[in-house]
Amino acid sequence: MPGKLKAKIVAGRHLPVMDRASDLTDAFVEVKFGNTTFKTDVYPKSLNPQWNSEWFKFEVDDEDLQDEPLQITVLDHDTYSANDAIGKVYIDIDPLLCSEAATVISGWLPIYDTIHGIRGEINVLVKVDLFNDLNRFRQSSCGVKFFCTTSIPRCYRAIMVHGFVEELVVNEDPEYQWIDRIRTPRASNEARQRLIFLMSGELQRKIGLKVLEMGGNAVVGYLQCFDLEGESGLVVRAIGTACTLEKISTFPATATHPSNSSPSKDMKEPVFGEEAPGVPLSSGPPTPLRAQTFSSFSPSKSYSRQSSSSDTELSLTPKTGMGSGGSAGKDAGPLKALLKQQTQSALEQREYPFFTLTVFPPGFLLHVGGVVSARSVKLLDRIHNPDEPETRDAWWEEIRQEIKSHAKSLGCHAVVGYSESTSICEEVCILSASGTAAILSSRFMQDGPLDTELRFEEVVSPGCGFCHIPYDELNIPFPAQLTYCYCCRRYKVPDVLFTTIDLPTEASVTGKGCLIQARLCRTKKKAQGEVNATAISNLLPFLEYELHTQLMNKLKLRGMNALFGLRIQISVGETMLLGLASATGVYLTALPSPGGIQIVGKTPSDITYEQHISNMQKKINDTITKNKELYEINPPEVVEEIIGSPIPEPRQRSRLFRSHSESSDDVSEIDLSHGKKDAFVLEIDDTDAVEDIHALLTDSPTPAGFYSCNTEIMPGIQNWTSAIQMFTSVRVFRLNANLTNQGLNKIFSDLCENLLKSLYFKLRSMVPCCLCHLNFTVAIPEDELIQVAVTAVALSFDKEQTLENGKQSGEKTPIKAITENDEQLQFNLELNAETSSSSISPKGLSEVGSHPSARAPSVDYSSFADRCSSWIEQLKLKAHTIRRGSVKTTSSMEKASPLPEGRSRSLRSNRSYSGSSVAVVKMTPLSFIPGAKIIKYLGIINMFFIRETSSLREEGGVSGFLHTFIAEVFAMVRAHVAALGGNAVVSYSMKECVFMENPNKNQAQCLINVSGDAVIFVRESELELTSVQPQSATTQTSNGGEGT
Amino acid sequence: MSVELDVFVGNTTIMDKEVYQLWLNGYTVNDAVKVRIEGGVMEECEASAEVLLSDTMDQYRTFQMCERLLHHPAKLANQLLFQIPPDRQAMLIERYYAFDDLFVREVLGKKLSKGTKKDLDDVSTKTGITLKSCRRQFDNFKRVFKVVEELKGPLVENIRQHFLLPDQLARDYAAIVFFANNRFETGKKKLQYLTFQDFAFCAGQLINNWTLGAVDNMMEDMDVDLDKEFLQDLKDLKILITDKDLLDQHKSLVCTALRGKTNVYNEMEANFKNLSRGLVNIAAKLINAKDVRDFFIDLVEKFIEPCRSDKWTSIDMNLYLTHYTNSAHILDTFKHHAVWTRYMGVIKSCILRLYHD
Repeated sequence: MPGKLKAKIVAGRHLPVMDRASDLTDAFVEVKFGNTTFKTDVYPKSLNPQWNSEWFKFEVDDEDLQDEPLQITVLDHDTYSANDAIGKVYIDIDPLLCSEAATVISGWLPIYDTIHGIRGEINVLVKVDLFNDLNRFRQSSCGVKFFCTTSIPRCYRAIMVHGFVEELVVNEDPEYQWIDRIRTPRASNEARQRLIFLMSGELQRKIGLKVLEMGGNAVVGYLQCFDLEGESGLVVRAIGTACTLEKISTFPATATHPSNSSPSKDMKEPVFGEEAPGVPLSSGPPTPLRAQTFSSFSPSKSYSRQSSSSDTELSLTPKTGMGSGGSAGKDAGPLKALLKQQTQSALEQREYPFFTLTVFPPGFLLHVGGVVSARSVKLLDRIHNPDEPETRDAWWEEIRQEIKSHAKSLGCHAVVGYSESTSICEEVCILSASGTAAILSSRFMQDGPLDTELRFEEVVSPGCGFCHIPYDELNIPFPAQLTYCYCCRRYKVPDVLFTTIDLPTEASVTGKGCLIQARLCRTKKKAQGEVNATAISNLLPFLEYELHTQLMNKLKLRGMNALFGLRIQISVGETMLLGLASATGVYLTALPSPGGIQIVGKTPSDITYEQHISNMQKKINDTITKNKELYEINPPEVVEEIIGSPIPEPRQRSRLFRSHSESSDDVSEIDLSHGKKDAFVLEIDDTDAVEDIHALLTDSPTPAGFYSCNTEIMPGIQNWTSAIQMFTSVRVFRLNANLTNQGLNKIFSDLCENLLKSLYFKLRSMVPCCLCHLNFTVAIPEDELIQVAVTAVALSFDKEQTLENGKQSGEKTPIKAITENDEQLQFNLELNAETSSSSISPKGLSEVGSHPSARAPSVDYSSFADRCSSWIEQLKLKAHTIRRGSVKTTSSMEKASPLPEGRSRSLRSNRSYSGSSVAVVKMTPLSFIPGAKIIKYLGIINMFFIRETSSLREEGGVSGFLHTFIAEVFAMVRAHVAALGGNAVVSYSMKECVFMENPNKNQAQCLINVSGDAVIFVRESELELTSVQPQSATTQTSNGGEGT
Repeated sequence: MSVELDVFVGNTTIMDKEVYQLWLNGYTVNDAVKVRIEGGVMEECEASAEVLLSDTMDQYRTFQMCERLLHHPAKLANQLLFQIPPDRQAMLIERYYAFDDLFVREVLGKKLSKGTKKDLDDVSTKTGITLKSCRRQFDNFKRVFKVVEELKGPLVENIRQHFLLPDQLARDYAAIVFFANNRFETGKKKLQYLTFQDFAFCAGQLINNWTLGAVDNMMEDMDVDLDKEFLQDLKDLKILITDKDLLDQHKSLVCTALRGKTNVYNEMEANFKNLSRGLVNIAAKLINAKDVRDFFIDLVEKFIEPCRSDKWTSIDMNLYLTHYTNSAHILDTFKHHAVWTRYMGVIKSCILRLYHD
């Protein structure tokens, strides 16, 4: 009996009128956990009942604590008939199970009904007393922390990164059970909501167990998804990265001050740094693993038509303890990878070398190979036994193996930025996985043998190191053009780099980045079963190829050479396939400058045609020039030298490795190199190509003052203000029947473009601003419908302050160099340097440069200056000092009182709600809040809601219905975070938004799944103030806290 | 091909002031888009008409969702559905409860009933204000009226607290409620020259001086009704015109005081008895609810119009009323000083306000 859950129902407010006669409600509450139910008294005739109940106590296993949600139902008492339900609140008590997270849940939570939406609020108090149980064979994993954030959370330090954890659980979907024919929609929705809550809890517990077995204490980059497979069931699956984290106790001493007096509702909050490794963390070396659920592949009736190919390798899966793992990547022969793997799997298969992280602790990510992806088309079959989800496990196992082998062929032993997704239409399911092949440092890993394999051990400058090729240049797995790194000149780099990770903070980037999207529609014939699956599998390679071509062209068009955060989504419908690839393009200083795009006509006979082509060529060239200006891409001129390319002719090629299950038996990576074409040449041979080029040019530029990216940070912008605005936008588009591929493409592309335009317009008041983490999801909810959903955050930044900030930090830190064209010249010298500018020598500079730059991703000038003694550099330096001097004069007045200004800005954004009782909760898909410090993670938020209506018109049509629902979901997330004592959700994402409508019946239904990390943050300006004036700052933070 | 669904939801609810005003003014989405296009937002933000339409529809939907909260402004601060910064909340409320002077002049003093609401389409045609906007304004009046009708305590304060309105707007609403409750006639042709603010000023005077709340804040009843006892007492003032001696004495006192100080002395002297009779008769009749309704008509007919035809200036008016009021206190047989002061204080300021040169 290792846990006692206590709940107290305090009061309700804004309840709906349930009794028409009196216009009042006789409300009471049922509190249910597991199979135990308590009831409050009926509070008669009030819309604002004060129950003030006793503490309801549930004595339960910690296993149940992890699996079950606390279910609170508010009802209207009716003497003569059945009591009417007003609504429910599900409370995930997982955050209370971890000593470091929240200690109490207390606050107003919306009462939610799947038919009526939010119906008033209820004030509850929930606590858990946990008795520690160190039973090794326990089934619970309390204490393991979960983070959606795909980087090491801000107030923690990674001691060890253990690696990949995954789990999936399956069940029957209540919506498809026979009983659904006789129960109400409400009962059915509630059964579904509850089931998914339960399954998520179970999944999290099981993953936690794996983490404990690996010796970790946390899961970072936790990604949970559910697949609504319809008739065949409901799958909830999750992946993540197991880590051992330690709370950073060297938190500035001043920071403990505001926390002690912190206004957070969390009364018990302990002092910072209190946190020694928690109870289960210090479990020492991992014990040998027991068999894991995914360990064996039984050749059960699998509908995968390619299972034969992987049966062999998958059945060879003896597991061993992790400590004895063999070397991962010694075999360089990439094409033989799979073969070798079969023999090697015995050593390393117990763990996939996958990491869901996209941002890494410094020194962890050594080299990046490129994107690896795998897809597989499956036919769904009813899940017969929920307790043995082997089929689904096996499917994923195959795909992961494929990914692993792709990584290996790129000479990499790990895959980072790894994610998995599905798209389901009727009985066909496309499983996709993608990541970035990489070589990691052994610093954070246990598997010692990995060390031996590191060929690039020496520390190279962090700004370019990750670009250096990890594969053997004489044995490149694909045609590539290599050059010496443009930063260090020592190692080879490819000419284009595609990755799924975030831009490393230390990367040196020229100019700013931008969102690049490739969009594609392909029609397909309606078909059933195997025929359908085959048709889809046959289409996929073409789809990917074209997406890739589009991405490459658009990248070139912007004069950039690398993609980060690449996410390719393929969605399947009955009569079409949709492909959407989003990424953030940047110009990596280390990589060569991309060539232009050259158009070549196939039939040069016609003069008008020639003219047409030269017109187009001119347009393209103009666009490239314009883009370079727009994104401030002015790379330093360097002598071109192409070295060591084993391929005689430079070619356009790809780093995208993918294969489909159809073809996985022969390990074919579809070669995406453009056959015999020359580099960057677009051949116009038919109308299709002309259309393509037109499409290329019709991407409208972002309006002035806006930037956009789908990664966490935007290179080249630093001075974020505290104004942030998270939003979700959904559009559904109805198509006409009988559209051609091209027509579809145009419509789809316009849909995305128009959506972006609308966003820019909506957010115009925030200019200058950047839309970060733009996350598009596409779906085909029905025939002839396309749904696009976007969640992102707009961050505004201070244009005027760029110089001033640069100055301030320049004075604090001895060196600061930003790669923006202007800033680049703002080479930092102390004031007196101005007078002695004539005497600057490279030597003196390198001294200055040897101080580590405290902030800002920067060009590594130290190594740069070391090397460059050429007269060009000398000249540049002079220019620096001259510019610097002039900048100084203009900005010296502005910086007169930096502190009060910062303060006032933060106050404005803090919006201390003096008059209102509702706390402000910020939401952002990013892992941080600009201008603020996250001081505590309170636990994961993972919520699932269903909303249904049978009075669609009355609720404002489909738009009104969904608008209300999304607003309600936001409200519930905010309320739960506030109840945990938090004031923000970071790494927020809407992972699922399934919308179905039937306007003829006046009905609609929508399912939404959201997740994120609840946190407490404190404004940096407030932290600074505390160090200056502890007394006043304390009161200020508490004000802010109360308000926020 | 059509956009079937199009929504945008921000964590902080985004609301455009301009679109809000268009919505409040009762414009349809299409009309609002036209106005916005003419306003030049498109060029400013490189947007297309399509984008503008989408944005306008979205905003309209947001406002509609907020509207039920705006009916109980206190709820806006306590609700969880929309995260709206307090300054925005205040703006939303203030603008929602703002009204057109043209409109309010049409319904001021009318019973806020279904019947009046039915006639709003006439008001709409007459004023050029959309029917939708008229209905919102009317419903606002009615809602405020219903809430404060039952409340004790000072009227303005009640309105301010329940509807979170800024001071001036709360005063205006107090005037509207007060007029509606007492059914003052304001629509007659003779009163057409008066603005709403003229009436609101008078309402303020009446509320502050003639209601029960004016003498005792703790009273059960409150500001909406006139102090019955006071109205009863007003009948005693009749002596000023019924007693011939008093009237003559009063006249001579005023004339002495004004001689040489005004250009309209002769007219004043000739008219004194008529004017005095007018004012005192109004006072004496106020006990009848029907005569209360005609209060403003009477003031204009019995006092303002005669003076205007004699071309009095405001200064003349002020001088006359001051001395007229003060002289009464010197009359030896006149005993009702308190009632007189309470009555004349209001009458004087009202007349000064209602008298447009």
